[in-house]
This record gives sequence, structure tokens and C-alpha cells, in this order.
Amino acid sequence: MSDLVKLTIEGREVEVPPGTSVLEAAKLVGVLIPHYCYHPGLPVVGSCRMCLVDVEKSPKPVPSCATPVAPGMVVHVQSEQAKAARRAVLEFLLINHPLDCPICDQAGECELQDFTSQEGRASGRYADYPKRFNPVETFGPDVLYVPNRCILCTRCVRFMEDVAREPTLNVEERGDRAHIGVFDGRPLDHPWAGNVVDLCPVGSLLSKDFLHKARAWDLDKTPSVCPGCTQGCNVTLETRDNAVLRVKPRPNPSINRWFMCDHGRLNYAWLNRSDRIEAPLVRRDGRLVPVDWEQALARVAEVIRSARGSWVGLVSPGASCEALEAAGRLLKTHGGGGAFRVAEGPEAPLAGVPDLALRKERSPNVNGALSAGFTRDWAATVDAAGRSGLVLVLDEDLSGLAQPLAAGELIFVGTVLPEAARAAAVVLPCANMAEEEGTFENLRGVRQRYAQAKTPPGMARPAAWIFGAILEAAGHTAGAPA
Amino acid sequence: MGFPHPIHPKETPVLSRHFGEAEARSYDGWVKRGGYRALEKALGQTRDQVIEEVKASGLRGRGGAGFPAGVKWSFMPKQKTKAHYLCCNADESEPGTFKDREIMRWTPHALIEGCAIAAYAIQAEQVYIYVRGEFTEPIGVMQAALAEAYARGVLGANAMGKGVRIDITIHRGAGAYICGEETALMNSIEGKRGNPRIRPPFPAAVGVFGCPTTINNVETLSSVPHIIEKGGAWYKGLSLSNPKSTGTKLFSICGAIARPGNYEVTMGFPLKELLYDVAGGMRPGRKLKAVIPGGSSVPILTAGEAEQTLLDYEGCVAQGTMLGSGGMIVLDDTTDMVYQVMRLARFYAHESCAQCTQCREGTAWTVKILQRLLNGQGRKEDLDLLLDLAEQMTGRTICVLSDSCAAPVVSAIKKFRPEFEAYLTRPAARA
Amino acid sequence: MSGQMRGGTDAQTHGRTEAAAAEYAPVFVGEGRQRLDAILAKYPAKAGALLPALWMVQEKHGWISPTAMAEVAEVLGLTAAYVKGVVTFYTMYHQHPVGRHFVQVCTTTPCNVCGAEKVGEAFLKATGAKRYGETSPDGQWTIVEVECLGACGFATPVMINDEFIESVTPESVPALVARYR
Repeated sequence: MSDLVKLTIEGREVEVPPGTSVLEAAKLVGVLIPHYCYHPGLPVVGSCRMCLVDVEKSPKPVPSCATPVAPGMVVHVQSEQAKAARRAVLEFLLINHPLDCPICDQAGECELQDFTSQEGRASGRYADYPKRFNPVETFGPDVLYVPNRCILCTRCVRFMEDVAREPTLNVEERGDRAHIGVFDGRPLDHPWAGNVVDLCPVGSLLSKDFLHKARAWDLDKTPSVCPGCTQGCNVTLETRDNAVLRVKPRPNPSINRWFMCDHGRLNYAWLNRSDRIEAPLVRRDGRLVPVDWEQALARVAEVIRSARGSWVGLVSPGASCEALEAAGRLLKTHGGGGAFRVAEGPEAPLAGVPDLALRKERSPNVNGALSAGFTRDWAATVDAAGRSGLVLVLDEDLSGLAQPLAAGELIFVGTVLPEAARAAAVVLPCANMAEEEGTFENLRGVRQRYAQAKTPPGMARPAAWIFGAILEAAGHTAGAPA
Repeated sequence: MGFPHPIHPKETPVLSRHFGEAEARSYDGWVKRGGYRALEKALGQTRDQVIEEVKASGLRGRGGAGFPAGVKWSFMPKQKTKAHYLCCNADESEPGTFKDREIMRWTPHALIEGCAIAAYAIQAEQVYIYVRGEFTEPIGVMQAALAEAYARGVLGANAMGKGVRIDITIHRGAGAYICGEETALMNSIEGKRGNPRIRPPFPAAVGVFGCPTTINNVETLSSVPHIIEKGGAWYKGLSLSNPKSTGTKLFSICGAIARPGNYEVTMGFPLKELLYDVAGGMRPGRKLKAVIPGGSSVPILTAGEAEQTLLDYEGCVAQGTMLGSGGMIVLDDTTDMVYQVMRLARFYAHESCAQCTQCREGTAWTVKILQRLLNGQGRKEDLDLLLDLAEQMTGRTICVLSDSCAAPVVSAIKKFRPEFEAYLTRPAARA
Repeated sequence: MSGQMRGGTDAQTHGRTEAAAAEYAPVFVGEGRQRLDAILAKYPAKAGALLPALWMVQEKHGWISPTAMAEVAEVLGLTAAYVKGVVTFYTMYHQHPVGRHFVQVCTTTPCNVCGAEKVGEAFLKATGAKRYGETSPDGQWTIVEVECLGACGFATPVMINDEFIESVTPESVPALVARYR
């Protein structure tokens, strides 16, 4: 391809389209140039000066994030001059930046720590003066600002201005008096504001939710998909001691770029609920008693064999595609079908990114449910359930529904046992999405896999496994998972 | 002229001939003095002819950078697909410089005429004159002159009846030296914080409001009518030393000098003569110690170096400094070099926009070290530390404010080291 | 930042803001609106009128309060935070009320070597203001040191409100102050 630009970075040749920055070109050959203000999702300002590199034939170091490649350019990242320039930037940043690491949430995932240990001085020469003291400020419902730690990279300001398109943050004052501010009475409560905490390279912008909760290096990280709505933002579930402590976005250029909304970010407590069904339960003498899986599945098979009448399914659009497909298949063995309902909330787009929003439908797998043959005819289906021979529930909380749900029997598969399910013949505990592997289909029909981040409680199993086991127990073995 | 002093015979008064003449401020007074003939002539030529004449003159930017004006104009797109803009830089905040205010308050129509010719040449219909907020008197004079120019048909939808639109608007600054940097100036016109921009893109491609823009200093633009009227060759002929430095320059002489004022001399004029002869030399009983020839951002010259300097772009570079804005600060034997360098560093620390790490932190740190020195708490490593910081503050930032803080520090320590060392050994003086 | 405390509790700030808002006389109504419209016509984007609009506020109210910033933001289609970022950048905009006479004394090097600091001290003495930036007890005078005023050959230049006065000496200060009283 003749219109690519060829250049050499740290002795490695690379070819990139014209207009690519030296910093981005370097990434392609494994050279990671330190930087703060630059972010691929934000407009380039070239102000932090952390990314300075040497270019042959150029008299002074250049900011690689703001320098377009040129044919035949020879770039040295580790030359003495470039290293000295970057070392100086780090020293300048540390003269006012407090040594807060022991009490700072960012420790362990802090780019100032990282670059300083990589390229900085062993000790700074600014020893005489007290560092600045300013109190911590509340910017918004979840965001705190620690002015003393701020390195003025302005990523947060540019995010709100250019990506959220609501400039609620700005730099105030000038020189070494500069800091970030909100306008009194107009807090940072944008539905996507939490991204500024991710973007902040240091511990200046912090999440109240995560404040002093865990050390970054104690967290296990699992790739997942946000269960908050149908957008399907890619996320990372961060866990410690089998609890989800934080959710952060994972980059995906076509779905959520580098961002996620606050609703998804902050609504994960339900993944850690402790009031879970922990063992399979069967109804004996009017009570639900715990049994093992073998007994439970045997009872399910009995119930299925003896059920007279139609079969109806009431499912959650938060279940995995695999679980919904298996449940759908089971229902079809008796010519039955089912429906789901979805909680709704106001849509909140991220204005600067095409087709990215907190969606109205607050469940991750509406399309998965539709693909598995379930419908939105909730009211009609509930009605039919009332006259049915067998109702199968997949993790629906059954709130607000008239009792009894079924004319015949009820088999409940779920995470938490609602009052209405106490009439069930069999209750089978399933895992929530953090406790299993599975896929969701987002509103654009993209199927995405999420991985298991923690172990399910007690004897709970993934719902897909459960329905596969039921199919097997009922004599339909084809396609059932092991 | 060395206004407020009478014109000295060694001056070449082109821009300053009418300083001090109240009548020169009015439209009629200006026309009586030959004004607006050049604009009439230019509007009858093609734009390319105008640009070529200015190129031929060798006129270079008088704000400090010294970039050839005609060449800068030729960077503007030939095919106009968006609005073009001309910005006149009247932010004049470089310490030592006070020439643009005189041009505006004595010969406002000269600037208007220069802006109009430049606007025509670069196909701009809108001119913004960015005047620093403190210049209340020049702003008032300029507003009155603009009103007259509009009333007399010089400006407006049909400038001088020649079928082109030329509009001039004054945009008042609000106290920020950094807005004299051309990209920060553009941001300020756009209603933003005065942050300099990274380049590329350059103003001629993307300037104010995303459109091609040229920015020129007041003195540069005021020179244009003379060039158009008397010809580029005439201007080019005004050169005493290096042919690359042509025309006249207003030198704002201030500080420890007998007759402070703006003196206009031909490029290449000897600094020694300007100082001792034209500007009256030192105050009684005082000796010359140092000269900062081009505004506080250029390296300091010792008395000996200053007396050898020829005042043009190349002559100053030969002495290790720069012509800059021509704001000449004269320092005598009563000057405490350490204190004044601290005061200059304080200026830069106050004016830093806060974008670049080295500038934001380095200017303030430099001040603190110098204050500590002045307080008798200096350490022997401090001088090397100052030099090291200055090196890392030079050539590594978006704009040159950082370099400008470093220049006096480096040149003062180099040339007046004993004064700094004396502070290391003697107890507290002042800070 | 140098150790200054900012903010206050949300309740304190909000209470002050509400009280201030109740007394505030809008600038961009009637003739003020017409002036703004004339200014807006000179710029292809509304934000270009921000600095001129802020000058109009300061002309009328003497300073730019948070309520004023909100009004400017509203008429120009900007956020209040954005306006605040601009106001706090430019040092000539007052973010709190100042004395009836606001005095700016240049003390940068060219004037400094011509005795500018003594001129500043003379002003403090003649007006009773205890230090730079602090309004005099009678509320009439606020003296500040400023950076280069661009009149270095006329040392020491001083601005009193919008008036630019050249060649001030410590000796001429008392008469100057008396003139303004």
C-alpha cells in the first residue's frame, strides 16, 4: 500500500497511514511511550509533555502524541536527551504532588507511580517548601476531587466537553494556582460522569463508591459484559474474596469505545447479594426441603411427566443466551412458549459517541430472549400461566403477579426465592451473571461472551446447565451441556 | 521619535513622525498628513501585487518573532473556501515594550490603514484588533478613529467605494500576557482561556473559528502603508547592517536611562549610539551594567556586549541574544541582578497558562529558589539546579513562555555569577 | 493554591448563592441586550462575545459574581463552569467586590528599577490599606501590584479604575489620592 508512511522507532520499522501520531505508531511496534494528557478517545492537546521523544534532525524533543509521522522519520524514545526531558517532567510533577501513596486509592494502578519508577529520579530536589494543602472536594454524587494530587492533564475536562458534550468541569485560575472546578450548585451528575475517574491517571478524581475499599493489586479482573441495559458495554468485573468490588469499562471500538455509564458502573451490589437460594429445594408435605441435585432433577422429571395441560415460561431478559435457548427448547418439547418483561428507565446517550447510550430497557439480553423464541407479551402470558399445567420460571422475581401463578405445577429456577415461588414444586438455585460464563445479545444483535468472575453460592449452578440437565432428565438428550 | 522627547537627528521617524500631535488622531488630520493614500493605491492593485510588495520590502514581524510578513500573508489559501481573518496583535505585554500603545494613541488611523491593506491582501473581510485590557486610552482613541473611518466610508461593506468589505472590531483582553502569543490570542478571541495551541495545524490553515487566519503585530501592520506608498524597494533600502533586516524599528527604551521613550531608528543601528547619544545615556553618576534589548524574554547582555551590538535581528543573534520586540530594558550599577531576575521569574510564573508541566511548575519553582537565595537561605547546589531547570524548560513546551523565564536566569547566572554567589555567603537581604 | 481554603459546605455556599441571586440585577436586558446583540453580530460564534460580555458585567456591577456568570452562560449558550474557567483565567475580572477605587501599580523589572515598589508603598500609606489586595478600612481603596502595564518608559504607570496615569512617583501619590477622594 503505497500511501502508508514508513518510519523507524527505536530501531523498529513501522508503516502507518499518514496523520498517525508518533505515539500511536510506536504502540504498533511495542514501544509504549509514557503519557498523561493523551487519550485516543479525547482531542489531543499535547500539554503534559510526558511523551517527549527525540526525532533525528529535529533540534528539540517533540511531543509524540501531537507529532504526525513523516516518511523516513527516525525516532529515539530512549535517547539520553529524551529520557532527561521526561525525567524532568516527572520531577516537576512531583514537586507539588503529595506523597499520598499510602492513603491514595490509585496506588497500584497509578501512572505517576508507574512512570516515576520506570523513568523518574530516585529523589526530587524540591525539599524545602511545604506542599500545597487544599481540602478534598465533592464534584458530584460519586466523584471526589483531590486538588493536591491533580497533574492538570485536563482529560476530565476534555471528556466532559467533547465526549459528554456538557462542559461541567473546567480549569480555573492560571499557572501553579490552576485546578479543576465545578460551578457551585451545578455538580458533576452527568449519567456518564464516572468515566473521568477512569481517565484520571492519578488519584485526583476518585469514586466515592470505591473509596478506601480495596487495593488495586488485591483485585482479580475478569472480562465481562455490563448487565445494566441492552447496550452491552464491555466491562471488567473486579473482585476480591468472591465479591464484586468495582466495575470498569473495557475498550471496544464498536460498542462502547472506552466508556460506560454510571448506572452500569455503580449498580453491581446485587451481584453480591447474600440472600441466595443455596440448595435445590423440593416440596414435601407442604414445605420446601433442601435436597441434592440428583434428587431435585428426578423430582423435576416426575413433575414434567405428570403435568397436564399447557406449558408456559416466564423468563428474565438478564439470563444468558445459553440458558434462554435451553429453556426455550424445553418449553417447545410440549409446544409451549414464554415471555419476559423488562424494567425501563430514561435513555441517556453519550452525545459525543455515535450509537452509545444507557438504553431504556435495563436488561442485557432482551435480544437473546427474543432470539430464543420468547415474546414481550407478558400480560397475556401471565394470564395463560394461570390456566397452565406447568409454569417454568427462569430467574424472574415474580413481583406484582397474582397468585397462584399456575393452575398446575411451578418449577422455579432462580437466584433469590420470591414469596410467589414458595408454591413451587421444585426450586433450583442458579448462578448470577458474575458467577457463570455465558453470552448476551445486545440491542444491535451482537453476541458477546462474559466470563466467570466469582463462584456461585452453595450448590447453585449456571442456569444453562440446569435446563440442559432438565432436558436430559426428561429424556431429551440432544444438545444438552455436560 | 523618542516621544515624549523631541525627534533626535539620528532617528528615522517613519511610524513615529506624528507622535504627540493630537490632530494626527482624527481622520482629517491623518489625511492631511498623507493618510489613506496607500489604502486607495492598494485597493486598486491585485492582492498578489500587494503581497509581493510587502515581501520585497523585507518587513519582518515586529512583535518579537521576526517572521517575514509578506511570506506569512502568502501562507493564506489562494482559493477562499471559508472566511479569512486578520488579527492584529495589540496585546503588548512584554516587559520593556511600550511602542504599540503609542502607535495606537497617536496614529490610530495608521493602524487602521495597515489592517485594511493587510485584510485586502489576504482576502479577509473581518479584522480583530486584540488590545490588552489595561490599554483604556488607546482603546478609546482607536474606537473613535474607527467610528470616523466607518463614517467616512474607509471601512464597511464597500471600503473606499472599491467593492470590498473590510470590517474592523476591537476585542478587549482582560489581563493575560500569554494572549500575546498568536494561538492563545486566537483562543481568547474565541471566548476561551488564553491557552496556546499545538501546531500543526497552523493559523493559516486553522485559525480563529476554524478558519484561515493571519496574525500580525501593530508595528508590523502600521509599517505596511508606508511600504505600499513608497515601495518595497525603498523600505528594503533602509538597512544599515544586514540586508535581511530592513526598515525602521521602534525601540522602547526604559529602565535606568536618562530619556526613556520610543526611538525609531533604521535596522542595524548601533546600540551604543542609541543608548548614549539618542536616549541620553545613563542617569547622573551611574554606569551601565546590563541591557535586555528585546523585552524581558531575551538573554541579558553585559554592558560590554551591549556596546558592541548592532540592532537588527542578526546583530542581536550574533551577541547571543535576540532583537525580540525591541523593548530595551537598561540596568545600571545600582541594579541587584539577582533581585531583578527573581522579579522577572515572578512575572512569568504569574502569567503561565498552566498547560505545560515544565512551565507551570518550573516558573514557580524558579521563583522560590531565587527568593530563598535572596533570603540568605541559598545552598551551593542552587545555581546548578536553576540552570538545570532552565535547560528542561527550554524547547520542550507548547509555547516559549517557559523559555522566556529561563533566558534571564541562564544569562544572569552566566554573566553575573559573582552576584549570585555573594548571596550564598551573605545573610538575608530582601525578597 | 498556596494553602488557601476553598469551598465551604454545600449548604453554606448554596445559601449565599441563593441570597445573591435574589438581589442580582440582570445585565443583558433592554439596552444591555441590544449592546450584546451588536457585539454578537461581529463574531461567527456566540462564545466570541464572552470577553466583551464579561466586561459589560464588570462595568455595571463592579465585579463578576457567580450569579452573573450564570447569566452570561445562559445568554451565550455556555455552561456556568465554562464561564467560570474563563473568568478565573483573566486577572482583570474581579471575582469579588473591590474598593471604590481599584489601583493597579506596575512593579515588573523596568518599573521596578525606577522605584515602582516605593510607589506601591506610598499608595498603601496614603490610603490606609494595610497590604496589597486588601481593601482600606473606609472601603474606598484596593491597591494591587500588577505585572507590566506596557508603559515602561513612563515609569511608574498606575491605573486607578479605568484611568491610566503615567510617571507616578512616591511624591506625587498623596495628591493623586486626594484628587480621587
